[in-house]
Amino acid sequence: MSYKLEILNVTKTFNSEEGEIKALEDVNLSVNCCEFLCILGPSGCGKTTLLRLIAGLDYPSSGEIILDGKEVKDPSPDRGMVFQEFSLFPWRTVIKNVTFGLEIQGIDEEEQYRVANEYIELVGLKDFKNCYPYELSGGMKQRVAIARALATEPAILLMDEPFGSVDAQTRNVLQEELLQIWKRTEKTILFVTHSVDEAVYLADRVAVMSARPGRIIECMRINIARPRKRTSVEANVIREKLLTLLSSESLRIG
Amino acid sequence: MNTKYLQFLPLLSFLFLWEILSRTLLNPLIIPPPSVVFKTLAIILIGNHPVYFLPLDFLYSLYHYVTGFGVAILLGIPLGMVIGWFRSADRFSYPLIELIRPIPPIAWIPIAIAILKLTHEAAAFVIFIGSFWPILLNTHFGVKSVERTWIDAALTLGVNSNGTMFRKVIFPASLPAIFTGIRVGSGVSWMCVVAAEMFGVSNYGMGYKLDFARGFSPDVVISYMIAIGIVGFALDRIYRYGEKRYLKWRG
Ligand SMILES: Nc1ncnc2c1ncn2[C@@H]1O[C@H](COP(=O)(O)OP(=O)(O)OP(=O)(O)O)[C@@H](O)[C@H]1O
Ligand SMILES: [Mg+2]
Repeated sequence: MSYKLEILNVTKTFNSEEGEIKALEDVNLSVNCCEFLCILGPSGCGKTTLLRLIAGLDYPSSGEIILDGKEVKDPSPDRGMVFQEFSLFPWRTVIKNVTFGLEIQGIDEEEQYRVANEYIELVGLKDFKNCYPYELSGGMKQRVAIARALATEPAILLMDEPFGSVDAQTRNVLQEELLQIWKRTEKTILFVTHSVDEAVYLADRVAVMSARPGRIIECMRINIARPRKRTSVEANVIREKLLTLLSSESLRIG
Repeated sequence: MNTKYLQFLPLLSFLFLWEILSRTLLNPLIIPPPSVVFKTLAIILIGNHPVYFLPLDFLYSLYHYVTGFGVAILLGIPLGMVIGWFRSADRFSYPLIELIRPIPPIAWIPIAIAILKLTHEAAAFVIFIGSFWPILLNTHFGVKSVERTWIDAALTLGVNSNGTMFRKVIFPASLPAIFTGIRVGSGVSWMCVVAAEMFGVSNYGMGYKLDFARGFSPDVVISYMIAIGIVGFALDRIYRYGEKRYLKWRG
């Protein structure tokens, strides 16, 4: 069987004033279709860098990234991205943010609004569609960002710590909602996080990254039936394993 | 309610004090009191004066302003966007800009007259210089402060040409800074209108007449001063209204 996404021997080196920074070293990862894969790693290990390479926003120094059998060269709406920072266009209302990608494709306006309304409903923001981003809470902004990324119907959704800057309560709700959306849209999702809890709650599989230069040190399958319970014994066992892996990694840089 | 009208108290006190002073300590032939000035203002406004007709001068000044300021907008915004976006354009234009920019607009008047003679275009040129720099530099700043994430988001959503990026992201994102440039530029332009006309770059306009009346009719001079102030104020209000209308997304 062929993979949805393959990352083959990818290395990324940045040239900065302090000399070369090796952000990723020989990363290999294969993602199945409709899989929910979490990338878990300590701060600064190159998670964002890896996602940007997949998005086509930057180029690997060596290695290849292959989506649906084709090498990734440039950014394209077939890879939707939800960013770590708030990325909504503040001069556009919620609905106009969601229509953005469709507008670029030159789809006629009526159809743009039909599709956008559908995705706004999916993320539960129908009553806010004519609001500007400044009027929304952090959690709502990320919901809009998800709707915007989904509107162009990407083959894969890349999410870079999307719930990193919302409070714990909202975070749980958003995770719940994301799983619903995932089930309904049958997307392949690549989700970056540095939270073990989040990874264990969301993922089919967790790829653990080492400290810089980032490598995938372990890929762990999470065989817990959904809907998952955050406090279950099996979840705790996996959490324990992941935490041990991570703490040895953070010791390595410390 | 009452406090709303209270804010006009200092203004009224000022007029009152002026009236008293010019009738007592000062020479009313040099500084006429407001009662005289406002009468003169009314006369030159409705055309009952043999020499001065304010509405016509207003139109000439407005013509100079619109031409100079309009060209500054048409050139300043696109150029500001280019030097803000393309790093090499920024690098190569920097020494040139930093050398020419500190020259006060008024210092350009002799050159304007030498090249364009005493024409409307010469006046417009000085006004153009006055507003071009604030518009250019604010636009440049606006483009520089566009968030990287907005550009990345647009790229992942399918924007694949500079033209589309400019229209859909960079221009709207820089609009607040562009408006600041327009407002600052407009203020400088309006000062330049008066200065250019006073130097006789053109033989019409409120600034020209203000200078012309100097020496024989101080009431006319002050009437033109008041009119110039009011028009400057009105122009600023227009741009503020535009800001409110087009930048309501800033909250
Ligand atoms: N454009 C760049 N130029 C130079 N160095 C960079 C660049 N982008 C990232 N880096 C460096 O590469 C390393 C990995 O950065 P990256 O942002 O991918 O980490 P991260 O895992 O996403 O971190 P966080 O958990 O804080 O989001 C860091 O040391 C960072 O300083
Ligand atoms: Mg990151």
